[in-house]
Amino acid sequence: MADTSETTTIPITVDFSGGLEMLFDSKRRHSISLPATDGSGKPANIAFLIDHLCRNLMKDPRAELFVLDNHIRPGILVLINDADWELEGEEAYEIQPRDNILFVSTLHGG
Amino acid sequence: MAPALCANCKTERALIKRPKNHAKLCKACFITVFEDEVHHTIISSQLFRLGEKVAIGASGGKDSTVLASVLKTLNERHGYGLELVLLSIDEGIKGYRDDSLETVKRNAVQYDMPLKVVGYDELYGWTMDQVVETIGKKGNCTYCGVFRRQALDRGAKMLGIKHVVTGHNADDVAETVLMNLLRGDLARLSRSTSIVTGDSRSEVKRSKPLKYSYEKEIVLYAHHKRLDYFSTECIYSPEAFRGSARGLIKQLERVRPTAILDIVRSGEDMARLVLGESTSSCACKGQKSAGLAFLEDDIGGCGSQNGRTPGGEMAAMDKQLRENEAHEALEVDIVKAMSENKVGSEKERELPIRSSNGTSRGPARQVLGNCKRCGYMSSQEICQACMLLEGLNKNRAQIQI
Ligand SMILES: [Zn+2]
Repeated sequence: MADTSETTTIPITVDFSGGLEMLFDSKRRHSISLPATDGSGKPANIAFLIDHLCRNLMKDPRAELFVLDNHIRPGILVLINDADWELEGEEAYEIQPRDNILFVSTLHGG
Repeated sequence: MAPALCANCKTERALIKRPKNHAKLCKACFITVFEDEVHHTIISSQLFRLGEKVAIGASGGKDSTVLASVLKTLNERHGYGLELVLLSIDEGIKGYRDDSLETVKRNAVQYDMPLKVVGYDELYGWTMDQVVETIGKKGNCTYCGVFRRQALDRGAKMLGIKHVVTGHNADDVAETVLMNLLRGDLARLSRSTSIVTGDSRSEVKRSKPLKYSYEKEIVLYAHHKRLDYFSTECIYSPEAFRGSARGLIKQLERVRPTAILDIVRSGEDMARLVLGESTSSCACKGQKSAGLAFLEDDIGGCGSQNGRTPGGEMAAMDKQLRENEAHEALEVDIVKAMSENKVGSEKERELPIRSSNGTSRGPARQVLGNCKRCGYMSSQEICQACMLLEGLNKNRAQIQI
């Protein structure tokens, strides 16, 4: 595992809704291959995923609509396999193969 | 981490952590509890009469879609006997309403409710696109909000309906409380906390059954019930949520989720101090707390809501806050205050509270009558919409409310 960690990826789906689609190619669902470990060799977690999405998937320059001070913007809900991320350890949750991560904004019009 | 079980049924996996009490619930229990709480609000504040015709201010957005869905469910479950109608406003912003109106049309089918769409052009002779052409993008949210407020009333009147419900949620109310607190406008603050605006003299009663519902839970309810809603930012207010009171609310929620309902309840307590009337936390006596100046309450601002919080004013306030570089300091103060005990009531009583009619701007003449121009009910001689229209028609942009 140590040798291949750089190239190992985890297949997951990431969904955006509540207006966040706009930042990601106006597409709701993205199937991505997430590097299994972050730069320092630690297993990929939600914090790493958010950073990864900003670097690789976001098509819109307005990153501040998604992250503020390196954390997910308050008012954006994160669901991990349909469960509130607060039940799953939030940023520290270690991503598993075939996880579905949903980012849904509460900030857009009602 | 082993998945947590639902605190209610203790069998299903918990998917929701409730902001108001941290309860962990499964999907089915969450949906039931959410609906039960709205039902409690409706019953305790005696919001509806049996057989009443009620228009739902529908934008196709999450709040009004959830409101329509929940009201339909509760109406059938508890036999309210309501005749529910969807009422949508078309501001005349090219491309902006197309998708949301399509959503509302689908909602009308999904919920089996009649739909009425009212356009600004037919009501005012101006679409928002034309307004923006005339005055530019600055301040246009004010126009949009003033027009929308009357549009809902007028649309309801056209349908012979005397009660309009809107999707204002607890976050909206908390935001309005904060904004009015920052402006020092306790009179308006207290009115904004009331679940019903308008009184016996008004032709159309307005209420917000989701007043105690967290925006987070509204979004989760829509998600877990797979409701069909539409999200967009108003193209004329791209900055609407940046560095705003809304942002502050969301940051407070992140630190301490109960903060939102605490702000709502603080607003109700302040309303009691201002008006000498109770707007208790379950709104049991909240109906009468609206002052005469209710027409100025709750003016829908920008964004895709029908009659949401004052976007134009909020934007102006945000700007001021940024300019004063006071924003950060305020946040820190508020966060600190939230984590400590509430301000003693002794101090609150010493505040120079303005009369319920007094506002910090404009003449305080608040006798309810009819607008001399359009005949529409107004607390001023000329209603706000007509004032703005006059300005527009003279191609003057600098009207401040
Ligand atoms: Zn349960």
